[in-house]
Amino acid sequence: MNWFKYSAPQTFYPLAGTLAKWFFAAATVLTAIGLYISFFVAPTDAQQGESYRIIFIHVPAAWMSMLIYLVMALWAGIGLAFNTRLSSMMALALAPTGALMTFIALWTGSLWGKPTWGTWWVWDARLTSELILLFLYLGFMGLHAAIDEARRADHAAALLAIVGVVNVPIIYFSVQWWNTLHQGASVSLTKSPTMAATMLTGMLVMTFAIWAYCIAASLLRVRAIILERERRAEWVAKLAEVRS
Amino acid sequence: MLVATGLECVRGERSLFRDVGFSLAPGTLMRVMGRNGSGKTSLLRILTGTLEPLAGEIRWHGERIAALGDGYRSELTYLGHQNAIKDDLTPVENLLVSERLAGTQITDTAARRALQRVGLSGFEDTPTRALSQGQKRRAALARLESRKTFGLWILDEPFVALDTAAVSELRKIIEERLATGGIIVMTTHQDVPITSPAVHDLRLGA
Amino acid sequence: MSTMIEAAPKASPDLIGAYCCIVQRDLRLALRRRVDALNTLVFFVIVVSLFPLSVGAEPALFRAIAPGVIWVAALLASMLALQRLFASDYADGTLEQLLLAPQPLGVMVAAKVTAHWLVAGLPLVIAAPLLGLQFNLPADSLGVLVLSLMLGTPTLGLIGAIGAALTLGLRSAGVLVSLLVLPLYIPVLIFGAGAVEAAASGLGAGPHLSLLGAFLAAALFFAPWATSFALRISME
Repeated sequence: MNWFKYSAPQTFYPLAGTLAKWFFAAATVLTAIGLYISFFVAPTDAQQGESYRIIFIHVPAAWMSMLIYLVMALWAGIGLAFNTRLSSMMALALAPTGALMTFIALWTGSLWGKPTWGTWWVWDARLTSELILLFLYLGFMGLHAAIDEARRADHAAALLAIVGVVNVPIIYFSVQWWNTLHQGASVSLTKSPTMAATMLTGMLVMTFAIWAYCIAASLLRVRAIILERERRAEWVAKLAEVRS
Repeated sequence: MLVATGLECVRGERSLFRDVGFSLAPGTLMRVMGRNGSGKTSLLRILTGTLEPLAGEIRWHGERIAALGDGYRSELTYLGHQNAIKDDLTPVENLLVSERLAGTQITDTAARRALQRVGLSGFEDTPTRALSQGQKRRAALARLESRKTFGLWILDEPFVALDTAAVSELRKIIEERLATGGIIVMTTHQDVPITSPAVHDLRLGA
Repeated sequence: MSTMIEAAPKASPDLIGAYCCIVQRDLRLALRRRVDALNTLVFFVIVVSLFPLSVGAEPALFRAIAPGVIWVAALLASMLALQRLFASDYADGTLEQLLLAPQPLGVMVAAKVTAHWLVAGLPLVIAAPLLGLQFNLPADSLGVLVLSLMLGTPTLGLIGAIGAALTLGLRSAGVLVSLLVLPLYIPVLIFGAGAVEAAASGLGAGPHLSLLGAFLAAALFFAPWATSFALRISME
């Protein structure tokens, strides 16, 4: 099978549509299973009571937020290095999903913080880094949106994403250092008592669910971007969904 | 020898031109013609290497210009729409800076002589801000005087804003360069007769 | 003297000459437009002076927040000055000529950032101790403050140049450049203000200053290269 065939927007467009359907289906099934485990199977935490259950969304979202940034920078870098349009479109399609995951991680983190730490927001190293990650996503999308010429937008945003990736470890390390100087988090997720096997299962299932959702959402978005960029092309005019 | 093959340019949504090619021997003048918006300036910027063509390639003495990099740029002079002149500097200061960066270090006297040739006597030390549009253009053209050894001149509408005296002086400068084996690519709307060993006309968007 | 101008295409481009030429040109331009340079300094002083008015006049509190306040103000002032870095060169076409010059673009970017720092950064470093005095900072903290700004503000300029190059000629460049650049400024802010705090609390600012130095070295190495890349993208 020739994979390079799918590096052309025209051939990738229908493939993305099929894949998106399957990933959405997977996301739905996995979410149902994951939520069932999270709410009905996993035991109540001895220290934190029921409020800990938010980590079943929080932790997968936080993982995804970081992973998506890396993947986005990778696609953007490929687009920059080889001038492949589809890679840049993939990067652009991933950004909003990444930002959404970052936002969910922050939001659920703050919901968890209120009963646990007694406050909505704590300048904890993880929270602060996550907030900065959100700014990096917003910068990527803002820069791309501000440039009219598609190629310049792709390349400029790609360079920004790469500079961001280089900086993320430095930022994380700085924030960690700064945080230990000022205050330590009173309860940390890693320090919580060893996790029950069911909790871990629930978290893993939810991680796969969110993974599937992110892939499906990005594929749908990349389809929209392809249509927008190629709207003058002949093959787009022939599509059933465009003609109707 | 400047050879271009299969150049294609798309700006935004519009395809400006495709499959443009030419081969220019030393002493050739290429006039790029076409309506407004036909991609003349884009073609010149592709030739300078600033703008990447969607397809096609350009070779200078047999080597791709992207591979030559600074080697190509050290033989290239480009005069764009903008004069690339600092309003807060005088013509002499502007010329000294631009020549230093182009690698053709010139003396103060040489700079003044070049400015005199393009008709800026008496304005050498006036801040450029106080000069007229035509005088600013002349200050930019003074660069050509010290770039006589450069193999390739790319001029975008060099005659714009010039009066008849300046036009004929510039014509002379161009003809001298062509006679000594330079390659000149230029766009122009004015019909200025230039005697040249070889002329190549390229019409875009025909 | 012959009337012909000697201009043989050069074998080895004169990097130092070109670097000095741009620094000199930009300093001369700044000298002829003194207001621009002064604006950054005035902005810095005003922002710092606003804090006492907003948090009340309590000396102990002042001393605690002074390093952070002065550093945030310096950071904002540097960011504000970024828009001037390439804007006028872009508008009058000299930037395009820089891209076409036969020297590595990175060297010329470094020259522009140097001149920019001398005009917009150095005055902040010099003014900072005076503002520190306003906030009752002890003498040795003032020394560390100057040192941290000396190492930190060039880093801000170098990182900022990437943002300025990416947003070249865009309508919303001003706001956008802050969005792009501020997250990247955070490490410098943390260790810059941290150095002064550490000195004030008697911990010794050595580690902080070394890290600031390391950031500067890394930025000197990577930023001009990334900026020239960004300029080539933006000038297409």
